[in-house]
Parts: sequence; structure tokens; C-alpha cells
Amino acid sequence: MTADSQWLTFLALMLPFAAAALAPFLTKLLRHNAAWVLAIAPALMFLHFSGFLDPVSEGRALAGGYAWIPSLDVDFSWYLDGLSVTFALLITGIGTLIVLYSGGYLNGHEHQGRFFSFILMFMGSMLGLVVADSFLTLFVFWELTSITSFLLIGFDHSRSGSRRAALQALIVTGMGGLSLLAGLLVIWGATGASSLSALLATGDALREAPLYLAALLLILGGAFTKSAQFPFHFWLPNAMEAPTPVSAYLHSATMVKAGVYLVMRLNPVLGETVAWETILPVFGGTTLIVGTFLAVRQTDLKLMLAYTTVASLGLLVMLTGFGSHKAVEAAALYLVAHSLFKGALFMVAGLVDHETGTRDVTRLGGLRSAMPVTFAAAVLAACSMGGLPLFFGFLAKEEIYAALGFASGWSAALTLVAIVGNGLMFAIGFAVALKPFLGAPVETPKHAHEGPVLLWLGPLVLGGLGLIAALISTVSHRLISSPMSSAIAGEPVTVTISTVPHIGMPLALSLVTVGFGVAAFRMLGRLRGVMASVLNAIGWGPDKGFDQALAATTKLSFGVTRIIQSGRLDYYMTATFIALAAALLIPMIAFGEFPAAPAFPAMPFYEWIVLLIGVIGVGAVIYARDRLTAIVSLGIQGFAVALLFMLLGAPDLSFTQFMVETLSVVILALVMTRLRLSPTDHRPTSEKIGDVLVAGTCGAALGLMLLRVTQVPFNAELSEFFAANSRVIAHGRNIVNVIIVDFRGMDTLGEIAVVMITGLAILALVRIRSAKPAKAGQES
Amino acid sequence: MRTLIFRTIAPYLTSLMVLFSIFVLLRGHNDPGGGFIGGLIAASAFAIYGIACGVSPVRRALYFHPMAISGFGLLLAALAGWMSLFFEVPFLTGLWTTVSILGLPVDLSTVLFFDIGVYLVVVGAITSIALALEEREHG
Repeated sequence: MTADSQWLTFLALMLPFAAAALAPFLTKLLRHNAAWVLAIAPALMFLHFSGFLDPVSEGRALAGGYAWIPSLDVDFSWYLDGLSVTFALLITGIGTLIVLYSGGYLNGHEHQGRFFSFILMFMGSMLGLVVADSFLTLFVFWELTSITSFLLIGFDHSRSGSRRAALQALIVTGMGGLSLLAGLLVIWGATGASSLSALLATGDALREAPLYLAALLLILGGAFTKSAQFPFHFWLPNAMEAPTPVSAYLHSATMVKAGVYLVMRLNPVLGETVAWETILPVFGGTTLIVGTFLAVRQTDLKLMLAYTTVASLGLLVMLTGFGSHKAVEAAALYLVAHSLFKGALFMVAGLVDHETGTRDVTRLGGLRSAMPVTFAAAVLAACSMGGLPLFFGFLAKEEIYAALGFASGWSAALTLVAIVGNGLMFAIGFAVALKPFLGAPVETPKHAHEGPVLLWLGPLVLGGLGLIAALISTVSHRLISSPMSSAIAGEPVTVTISTVPHIGMPLALSLVTVGFGVAAFRMLGRLRGVMASVLNAIGWGPDKGFDQALAATTKLSFGVTRIIQSGRLDYYMTATFIALAAALLIPMIAFGEFPAAPAFPAMPFYEWIVLLIGVIGVGAVIYARDRLTAIVSLGIQGFAVALLFMLLGAPDLSFTQFMVETLSVVILALVMTRLRLSPTDHRPTSEKIGDVLVAGTCGAALGLMLLRVTQVPFNAELSEFFAANSRVIAHGRNIVNVIIVDFRGMDTLGEIAVVMITGLAILALVRIRSAKPAKAGQES
Repeated sequence: MRTLIFRTIAPYLTSLMVLFSIFVLLRGHNDPGGGFIGGLIAASAFAIYGIACGVSPVRRALYFHPMAISGFGLLLAALAGWMSLFFEVPFLTGLWTTVSILGLPVDLSTVLFFDIGVYLVVVGAITSIALALEEREHG
């Protein structure tokens, strides 16, 4: 990659964030027409990334990037091959249409600017995720998609349903993100590769590593939560609380495919093992079946689509894990087809909702003459979803059946799963595309008419692309399908399937699927009733489980807090001092570092007198009848120590000690009066004995420690340095102060920050306590 | 504690102590003293004034909230450290210059401002605690 092109790619990756920053201002200026301006950003990125189609289709991969933290071998780097370029084009291409669609959908919404901002930030995150090369870049963007999706799902934050869905999505995908991080670190440790491109070059190293299974499970933990695989699928339907452009973009075409992307990306290094080829098809297949069955149950257009999205993601995971080149080709074709038709259908659902005021399929009908363009877009998308000939979905389905086949019991079972899943998806796709438009017109909350161009442009383009891409299949295969499949498989693969029907087993299975789908479509009402009663009979699902797990966590932390934060000062003090004694004594005992008995000190008589005053002070603290006397006696002991410092030649220390002691006495006395403590001490004897023990141990431990420290030969290097340089470097004769403000200025800065924060905290505590009686007084 | 003698003498005592604290602060670089000790002295001065004459006269005399004084001190200390940015030396490196005030050469340094910052943080934090506690006593 040349320097120019590298710089351009970097700009393209940052452009959505710049657009996001501009969006609120533009929207204030141009209102919903800001969409036309903002859509230029993703359109430019689309153009930039389509420039890579040619080199990538020749089997080349382009890497680029900048050093981020060179000392830790961390780069901000990207890697463009068939897989990432396809994803980048889907993200920017559909993104352009979604920005336009949002302009119409949220027309007049007071926070439309904020919405543009969020969706563009998401776009940037998702784009970064799919082109990321270094693990850290990948992880950062991965988490950014979780955060921006939280913002988007919770966009309508005044509704509790939105808030819950947003939090749920964040928790599920956030935990997955942590799992991914752990997995990436395991891979980093096992192979020494810190980027995807380096990892892909290691060949079999990871598969043969002893930690292979751990890495696999951790990575799949990230991928399965993000891509809503069973049993983590529940957050995706709940995320339908988001405005429809979000559902169309994040929850069909882009974010939920991040997990699939990861699995596909790592297929060459993690795949082709028994674990891979068991776990992926089992979870993917289960998700496919569960998703379609749950979709049948729904009557809300968006929820029907959401569950089929879950099912489609399952199908993609299943195909990626099947372990043959044909399956990989099928996965690549289906992924592109799905992004096109599902994005279009979601936008249709939103359009119907926007124009009629409802998206309940049982309350809609006969809209074909009122909304002809929408109807056309819906039919185009549904034909691709149902896999009818001439559409891109047909190519995908043919390839799926060709890949799975009946070679063994295992593949026959997966074929059956695929037929059932595809059949039901056919039924639901057409239910969404036909039911609202055919039949007798039904009275809807709003009078229905065709939406503005901003709204129908997106679905029509995506639906049309599903047809065009299939008709010019040689071109789309050369540019998209083949490079993408090669990247997933890890070696050159050529996709050849075309729309020309070819007699054989796949075509027969396609016919069976269509037949099953038509039958299911006709009986959809009855199936819905059956599914509803089955689900009611079960009565529990992962969604409920999520609530229970959350409640259990809250309960646990509440319990733990109750134990360690008892709210009783004496407990805290006792715990602190026991910990102090332990910290001082245990190392001494463990390493046998007790001090030798010191020689009897030869001190002048006045020092003895000062020492005696200190001892008397301490004695007075113990024997004092009331607390005030005890506090003042403690001050006496402190002053005695300060005097000793002075006599021993440390004026600064002594000075400070004097002031600290004075203020301690004043503040302690004030605290005592404010806490309304009784003037005397009422502790029972048992408690007193315990306190004496703790206090005595602490004192003894500190004394032993000090003795021991002074018996170690004194290293005078630092003192000499300070003494020699204090005047020369720092222009000060007072070494202590020079150390505080100059040599160790950074420490002091931290310390004064602590002083200030402590002051704030104490002030807050005092205020809380004094506010309570005042309130009580007002009430009475 | 609000005896007549104490109340009468407290303002004088306080002003002397504050003056002394500033003296201690400024001499700190060459002789015993410095921002921390100076701050403690000033804080005790305000505490005494508060005990003698009540909290509101102290608050009026300080004009700013003591916590704001503390915050300003922290800012000042940090800014003194940031000065080194303009001279491309490590953070918090002491920078010295000599200016002439009324014909007398006076050494100025970022270290001095740092020390004044320490002084203000200590005065502000401790005074605000002491005043809050005293307020509850008399309020």
C-alpha cells in the first residue's frame, strides 16, 4: 500500500466520526435534508473501498497502518482482503441508504441530529472492526460497536422497554467482548502473532497449540453473543425497541454479522478440527431452527424479521463450521444475499409502520395501491429471501444444498435442518412482503399513502440489487463472492454458480423447500397458534433467565456489601488496624527479620524528660475518664514527639508535627461534639480487651519495624545526592522543601490531589449528616 | 469557648498567624518552612477565628468557598508543572527567572507557584472541614 493510499484509507476510517461530530449542527441547519449531505460521507467511503475490488479479486491482500504503541508492539493497522472489502462495501453501501432512510424516518424528531451522530459513529466502529488487522484495533472497534449499539437501541430512552433492551444488549455483547479479548490474548500468547495477518500466516500453529480449545471457546464466546446464537439470541429481538433504521442496519446487515465475520476470519487458523466442525454446526443449526420457530409465533413485522435474522445467523455459522469449500462459498453468498434482502425488508417494515401507524401483520392489508413502490421493494426482497430463481438468494440456496448434500448421516441431518429453516423463512419472508399489501384494505391508525423518496429509495435499491447481482453473477462472483470465499477458506476458491437452472439434487431440494414454504405460508395462522401454546407451556426462556441472573447478581453484591460495609465505624477501624498489624508482622515472621535487641540509648537528660512527657501523655489517654481529656492527652504525646524531632535536628518535621497535632486535637474535639458522643467511654470489658490487643499489637509491630529498619546499614546515596544538588540544581538550601516541591514534585502533586479529594469527601459526609436533622425539623 | 478575651484577641491572633504562615511559605525554600507547614498554620488560624467568632465571619472574610481555594491551589500547582511544556523539559521541572521589582532583584520560579498551590490546597481542604464541623456545633 503506498503512502497516499494508506493516508486515504485512514481518512476513510475516520470520516464517519467526523461526520458524526458535524451531524447535530447540520441537522439544526437543514433539518431532515441533512441526510442528503451526511450520506456523502458513507458514499465516499464506499467509493474508496470499491477501489480495492480489483486488487483483491486478483487474490492480493492489502495491509497498512500506523504504529500506535511501538513499545508494546501495538499498531493501528488494517488488512484488506476479499472478506473485509466485502464487509466494508456492505457497511458503507447500506450505510449510505440507511442515512437517507433515517432522514425520512425520523423527520421532525427533536433528536434527529443525535440519531445521525450515533448511527455514523456506529458505522465508523463497524468499518474499523471489519478492516482491523492488529488484535487491539479489532477489540477496540468491537467494543465501540457494542457501545454505539447501546446508544442506538436506547435512543428512545424515555421508554423503559428501550432502556432494558439497550442494557441487555450491552451486557450480553459486552461480556462477549471480554471473552473475545481473553481469546485474542490466548492466541497472542500461543502463536506470538499480534495481528490477524500475522496469525493467518502461522498455518497450523494454533491448531496444534495446547491452548487451542481454550482459545476456540473464548473466541466463540465473543462471536456467539455478538451474532445472537442460541442461547444468547434473546437480546436481538428485544433490540427491536430501537428505531427501524437501526434494526435494518445493525440488526440485520452489519453488527450482528460481526460474530460471523470473526468466525469466517479465523476459519483458516481455527477451523478444520473436530471441535470446530461440531460446535459451529450444532449451535448454528439449533439457532436456525429455534429462530424460525420463534419467528412463526410473532405478528409484529419487525419481530418476525428479527427472529429470521437470528435464524439466518445460525445458518451462516452452521455453514462456516461445516468445513468444505462449497459450504464456505454458500456462506459467503448467503451473507451478501441476506444483508441485501433483510435490510430491505426491515426498511419496508419501518415504512409500513411509519405510514400506517402499526406493524402488526394481522391489522394490515390491501396497501398495494396506496404504497406501490414499497410493495415492489418488498416483493423483490422476499423473492431473494425465499430463494426464487433469478435472485441472489437462489444462488445462495443452491450452493447451500450442493454443499451439505447427503454424503453422510451428519450432512443429511444438517440438510434437513436447512430445508426446515429455509422453508419457514420463505413463509415468513412472504408473510412480511405480501400480507400487508394484498387482500382487502384494512382500516389503520393512520391513513396510508406512499412515503417520501428518502424512505423508499433504500429498500428499492437493496431489493433491486438482489436481482441484479444474480443476473450478472459472473461479475459479482469475480469481484465479491470468489475473493470473499477464498479469504474465508484460506486458499483460492472460485464460485461459479449462476441463475441458469441446472437439473440436479440442489434444484430438487430447492423445490422441496419452496413447496414446504408455500404450505407453511398458507398455514401460518394455525402454526402461530401451535407455537404460542408450546411456548406458553414451556414458560421459561433465556430472556427470563437473563433477568434472573441479573437479579441474583444484584442480590449477591448487596449481601457482600452488607458484610464488608457494615456502616459501623468501630468495625472499620478494627479491620484497618488488624490489617496494618498483619502487614507489618507477617513478613517479619515469615522471613525471620526480627530486630536485634538495641543497646541502651545514651541520651542527654532533657531528651529523657521529653520522652517521659510523651509516655505520660499516652498513659493519660488510657486512663482518661472522659473523651475530651483523652484527645488532649493524645496531643501532649504528639507535642512530645515533635519536640524530640526538634532536638534531633529535623526542624521541618517538627514544625509540621506541631501543626498537625494542634489541628488533630481541634478537629477531633469538634467531631466528638458533633457526633453527640457521650463524654465518657462505655465499652464493655470484653470489647476493651479486644481493642487493647489490637492497639498493643499494632504498636509493638510498628516499633519492631522501626527498630529493624534502623538496624539495616543506611544507604546514604540519595541523601548525598540531595545535599550536593539541592543548591546547585534547585536553587534551595532547605533540602526537605526542595525534595517536596522540586525533586519529588510529582509525588507532591498526587498528594495534594488526595488532600483535596479527601476534604471534599469529608465535607460531603458532614453535609449529609447535617442535612438530615434540618429536614426532620422542617417536617415537624 | 466564646469568652470575651478570646473573641477580642482572635482577629489579631488570626491575622498574625496568617501573616506568619505566608512568611513560612516564602522562606521555605532556604529555611525551615514551606507550603505544607504554612498551609497548616493558616488553617489553624481560620479554625481559631471560627471557634471564637462563629463560622459566618470566617466565610465572609475568606470570600471564596474554602474548597474552591483548595481546587485553585491544585490547578495552580498543576499549571506550574505544565510550564515546563513550553521549554520542552520534563513535566514539573523547576524553571527560574529573576525579575526586578522596585529595583530589587527577585527570584521567581515555577517551584514557588507550585509551593503556593500546595499551601492553598492544604488551607482550603482543612479549613473547609473545620468550618463544616464548627457550623454544626453552633448551628
